[in-house]
Amino acid sequence: MSHSNSFRRQDAIFARTTQFFALLVLATLAGIIATLVIGSWQTLTQTGPKFFVSDVWDPVQNLYGGMAPLWGTVVTATIALLVGVPLSFGIAIFLTEMCPPALKRPLGTAVELLAAVPSIIYGMWGLFILTPLIASIQPTLTATLGQIPVVGVIFQGPPMGIGVLTAGLILSVMVIPFIASVMRDVFETTPAILKESAYGLGATTWEVVWNVVLPYTKAGVIGGIMLGLGRALGETMAVTFVIGNAYNISMQLFEPGNSIASSLANEFNEASDPAHMSALITLGLTLFALSFVVLSLSRWMLSSLKSKEGKRT
Amino acid sequence: MRFTKKLLSGFAATAAATITFSVSAQNITGAGATFPFPIYAKWADEYKKATNVSMNYQSIGSGGGIKQIQSKTVDFGATDMPLKAEDLAKDGLVQFPAIIGGVVPVTNMDSVKPGEMKLTGPVLADIYLGKIKNWNDKAITDLNPGLKLDGPITVVRRSDGSGTTFLFVDYLSKVSPEWKSKVGVGTAVSWPEGVGGKGNEGVAQYVQRIKGSIGYVEYAYAKKNKLDYIQLKNRDGQFVAPDDTTFAAASAGADWKGTPGMGVILTDQAGAKSWPMTGASFILMHKQQAKPETGKAVLKFFDWALKNGQKSATELDYVPLPPATVSLIQAEWKKITDATGKGIY
Amino acid sequence: MSAKDLASNPIYKRRLWVNRINMAMSFVTMAIGMAFLTWILITLFGKGFAAFGTALFTQMTPPPGAAGGLANAIFGSMMIVGAAIFIATPIGIMTGIYLAEVGQNSTVAKLTRFINDILLSAPSIVIGLFVYAVIVAQVKHYSGWAGAVALAIIAVPVVVRTTETMLLLVPNSMREAAVALGAPQWRVVTMVTLRAVKGGVVTGVLLALARISGETAPLLFTALNNQFWSADMSGPMANLPVVIFQFAMSPYEEWQQLAWGGALLITLAVLVLNILARVVFRQKTN
Repeated sequence: MSHSNSFRRQDAIFARTTQFFALLVLATLAGIIATLVIGSWQTLTQTGPKFFVSDVWDPVQNLYGGMAPLWGTVVTATIALLVGVPLSFGIAIFLTEMCPPALKRPLGTAVELLAAVPSIIYGMWGLFILTPLIASIQPTLTATLGQIPVVGVIFQGPPMGIGVLTAGLILSVMVIPFIASVMRDVFETTPAILKESAYGLGATTWEVVWNVVLPYTKAGVIGGIMLGLGRALGETMAVTFVIGNAYNISMQLFEPGNSIASSLANEFNEASDPAHMSALITLGLTLFALSFVVLSLSRWMLSSLKSKEGKRT
Repeated sequence: MRFTKKLLSGFAATAAATITFSVSAQNITGAGATFPFPIYAKWADEYKKATNVSMNYQSIGSGGGIKQIQSKTVDFGATDMPLKAEDLAKDGLVQFPAIIGGVVPVTNMDSVKPGEMKLTGPVLADIYLGKIKNWNDKAITDLNPGLKLDGPITVVRRSDGSGTTFLFVDYLSKVSPEWKSKVGVGTAVSWPEGVGGKGNEGVAQYVQRIKGSIGYVEYAYAKKNKLDYIQLKNRDGQFVAPDDTTFAAASAGADWKGTPGMGVILTDQAGAKSWPMTGASFILMHKQQAKPETGKAVLKFFDWALKNGQKSATELDYVPLPPATVSLIQAEWKKITDATGKGIY
Repeated sequence: MSAKDLASNPIYKRRLWVNRINMAMSFVTMAIGMAFLTWILITLFGKGFAAFGTALFTQMTPPPGAAGGLANAIFGSMMIVGAAIFIATPIGIMTGIYLAEVGQNSTVAKLTRFINDILLSAPSIVIGLFVYAVIVAQVKHYSGWAGAVALAIIAVPVVVRTTETMLLLVPNSMREAAVALGAPQWRVVTMVTLRAVKGGVVTGVLLALARISGETAPLLFTALNNQFWSADMSGPMANLPVVIFQFAMSPYEEWQQLAWGGALLITLAVLVLNILARVVFRQKTN
């Protein structure tokens, strides 16, 4: 039986070879984490946790705190979700419940193509088209919404169209395709029998979506939103074009700000002092850790839906 | 279809032509200051036509130029903030000036024409400190009785480390004690105010786009983009407009020989015609060249540029270095050697 | 209850209206989504076509204020992206085979699948930092290769994902038939399963190509840029995304126009690749 022996050996080699490449993928991640940790060691050991609560970014005195870019990252991503999620939800409902079958595929593809447009294009479009538009409507917004007590402050700021709000709005357009296509896919996993039963009881389309489809696909919907959030946190080019690049912590959304990604794009190539460099890499590590957690959550949510689907059918 | 075919064949033809051309040529890479970028790019273009050597200069900011030459990722670095003698010695670097230019404050106001507005250093500092927030502030209107000034000021500055910033804040520090104590001097500072644009390009862009804004750019950027430059009061109390004569006036008294590493800072110089924000841009090279061929190519380029580049320098409103300074620079080049210690120039 | 009673029932009426309003809103959101896509494309075509001409493809990126083209950047991008795909494709396909055929539910496979999904959406600028530290700072030179490696790291997860998904679509009976004929596993995979999903794997590569063609952030710290034509992958190379970034941010009209031309070029390439990938995929799965 030397034949089967040699087969076994060939298969073992085959298994090892392919496994090597899988391990290469794992090694890449390990390498990324190791590089970031080594690079940020100086900041982590010398400044410590204070780094994340300090808002000073002063290259002259060589003092660096990461709170401003962290703030900008979180605020822009929040705006992106506040605007992007309802829009994506509507699009997903339209595609699964309302769309004439003939249009389903082309419209779905069109939404996905929105994700394929390179982010630098969004940046240019933001700078040349959206910025002047926002600059022109901003005085009206400040004069109306800006006068509301307490919340009004978020609509104040200089009328230049460059700032945190513009960055958030562009991000919201950019996350729509990711969230909407996941939502559409998970909505379609709802067993027809559940929906038919609800319709049989006289439910309207909206009631079926809200009371049957959404509860059934809750985990998947959250997973999709997390995926969008992961994208929004790390987006670089589109944000760098319009955020204004200022280390600023402000409630005013028209003020210029900075995100972690835009700080890196602006300063990494020229940071000459080790402390400056280390502070930037610490920001990179923070961004990576944030996206890692968010994306893991996303994957976990989506796979829990998949296993549920497996059980029911 | 025919269109694409034509394009493709045209592309292929040039590709073939250029590949065969560029194979043998020595290529050099430099990076750093954005301030001299227009003139270096122009020189590179002319040098390429004259000798077929590609000098690829990337404007990533003076801070970047210093960092990249320290970590040896480029063949030469460029900075507008001269390094001190001890820093040069520590990293084994040679420093020499290559061009002189000026930093110019620019504004964007419908009611003001280029060169009409007059400001003093302290007022400029107060605007950038965020103490003066509106164009109708008395400090500004007193200096400009004939102008209609109103509206909020948007301050535009650099988001990246830059020698343009260095010259600007170095001047503000010299004329405003408050600036000196609160902000200080560097290629990047902790700005109290404003929007950040990347590079001179970025600042010029933002000033063009935002009404009521004020920014600072290298003079060539201001002129090329027809931005509204302003007049500044210099050390002798005279209002001067930025141009090559006022830059030259500021550099007339420079002591290149007596300053270690030729690192003369030309801001706030005496002289009735001196523009207060004048500066030289410096080149950094390693004293000991690991690849002497490349080092030689860099020196050849600057040798050519300092001798033949005056015309394009003047065209772009820079001030070329006078012949006496050029021979000082050439003496400095003698310090650059290969690994064995043999001079390469 | 008769139909007439039902129609006048206030609760029923309210439910009907809630439904109508919400469905109308959903239609509106779809319209907004499409409006953005059209708006962006119209802007791009409007501004980009003005820059199209032979010069765009035959001339080099000009110094400030002069006319020129993007030939060196187009060529550089092709070289970098080509090298990246060349590196990423074998790694991606082999890993995909491991996940679908060899590792399946083993711990290594599960972990790889998980990490791969994370890398699929990882912030690309961080990958730029990584490659800067590992390659640029070590060999002490910005280079086209460093750019290619950064892009390859972004491309691999796309290829892995599609390859695995495609392989899992192959019915087990096909594998069993091949094994029954007495073939070792590697022959089953290369001769039968992989061949059956050839189109699917091509889809993955096309999608990866589309994904990395427009990536800018990781190239900023790796390939840098070059004013001139350079075919030397071990030095800084011109590439479209970085040129677009630099030119779009500049105040020079000639540069801005070239940036729009380049933007249109990249978008067209990416959209065509995406649509092509879909067509190939559909042909093979139907």
